[in-house]
Amino acid sequence: MTKFLNVALPKGRLGEKVYAMFERAGFECPSIKENNRKLVFENTEKAVRYFWVKPSDVAIYVERGAADVGVCGKDILLEYQPDVYELLDLKTGVCSMAVAGKKDFVDDRNKTLKVATKFTNIAKNYYSKLGRDIDIIHLNGSIELAPILGLSDVIVDIVETGTTLKENNLEVKEKFVPISARLIANKSSFKFKNQVIEKITKSLREQTDVL
Amino acid sequence: MKDILSVLSTEEITALSLCSLYQKNGYAKYRMSKFEEYDLYVKNKDFLVSENVITFTDTDGKLMALKPDVTLSIIKNSKDQPDSKMKVYYNENVYRVSKGTKTFKEIRQAGLECLGKITDTEIIEVLSLASKSLEEISNSYALEISHLGIVKGVLEYFELSTDTSNQIIKFLGEKNSQGVVDVCKQENLGDKDTSLIEKLVTVYGEPKKVLKEIEPLRLNQKISKDIDQLSMVLKGLEGDKNVHVDFSVVNDMKYYNGFAFKGFIDGIPSGILSGGQYDRLMKKMGKNSQAIGFAVYLDELGKQSAN
Repeated sequence: MTKFLNVALPKGRLGEKVYAMFERAGFECPSIKENNRKLVFENTEKAVRYFWVKPSDVAIYVERGAADVGVCGKDILLEYQPDVYELLDLKTGVCSMAVAGKKDFVDDRNKTLKVATKFTNIAKNYYSKLGRDIDIIHLNGSIELAPILGLSDVIVDIVETGTTLKENNLEVKEKFVPISARLIANKSSFKFKNQVIEKITKSLREQTDVL
Repeated sequence: MKDILSVLSTEEITALSLCSLYQKNGYAKYRMSKFEEYDLYVKNKDFLVSENVITFTDTDGKLMALKPDVTLSIIKNSKDQPDSKMKVYYNENVYRVSKGTKTFKEIRQAGLECLGKITDTEIIEVLSLASKSLEEISNSYALEISHLGIVKGVLEYFELSTDTSNQIIKFLGEKNSQGVVDVCKQENLGDKDTSLIEKLVTVYGEPKKVLKEIEPLRLNQKISKDIDQLSMVLKGLEGDKNVHVDFSVVNDMKYYNGFAFKGFIDGIPSGILSGGQYDRLMKKMGKNSQAIGFAVYLDELGKQSAN
């Protein structure tokens, strides 16, 4: 019996882009393009199985072995520190982790800085390195709203083009980590499905090297 | 007898079969008390997998702890005999914080320690017992071996700062070759030097193949000696197709030196066996003996996937 390689892809534009890379690597799965409500897509001939999951969940699927490999943003890896191998920088979905705030905001070090973010751990680490006393406000979305309404002084979030910030009279104060999509692998799967994982990694590397 | 076996869980049966394996190979059972003085763990906090320890005050006012680890107790209670050997095995419960629930959990651990004068013979013996332990659990297993001396030697050769070395070691553990290359670039290392360091990340697998690939890493006598030792020990394990060389096994170098290894079972998502040489920990605890050992995390058995 051939063993399937389970691949967790992040739902959305990034996932579709990455699937195309897997396809070019020779691991196509035509049924994935059919417009239906199926959750799992298989290509028996290539022994590969894809499934779409929420981007922030990819690392969990891989760490726990439900997926052998997966693609997720560096932001997720930094935030959750999953115990996985990080095999390749796919050089897509490129953006930065940044501090942003109102244009006229000046940091007063005498006060505790109120930081709104989805990425609690990343924000904590960043400010503890600076030795800055902060209060963290964990939000799940629309982070930009927080400084506008005075809920927080600044936000720590992913910035791609900065258009949303600009339109809301906010600006990037500092970009501190570059972010991009990474190919990750479960530590145990890497040993037992080594050949196929190495093959995919090699082919994806060839594709990213020209980027 | 059969009736008794049917009562036991897989975890218990495995624990007992491991005990019998170790006993047959000349290891003596080590019994210990459930508690240790908390002080022992504070002093060696980084050695523990999780920092949190369950503590309580004993009737005489001493702060005690439910043991989160077995190795430290064995070292503490051992006589320091650098020229002879003490071989023990254990099957004990330890108390650690579970990563998922963030609450304390009782975990069954079986394992062995060999303290005293450690030569290649003892290293081969312990590694092959590690391999046999995995085989007791499943026929589809992998024992991944690294030599920390080689990793450390290469990083020292390029005179990298502690900070940079630690960064590289972290990336090595993640098999993140891009990360390693980026750090080398920051340190202004040339392409040739970078590719040598990157080798530590990219080489993996069958011992003969890897040994050939790491030949260029013989940068000085010290590294060369360690590569020779790795090659010697791997030869001693020859015939074991489940042994791989993998430098991403990076135990904390504050405590470990020389060989470090991890065992995996097909279908269990994380490592089930972990071990290595810990002469530095021995020295830290005031002992001159060398030591090598490993533990099998039996609670991981429950995580084997149904398919």
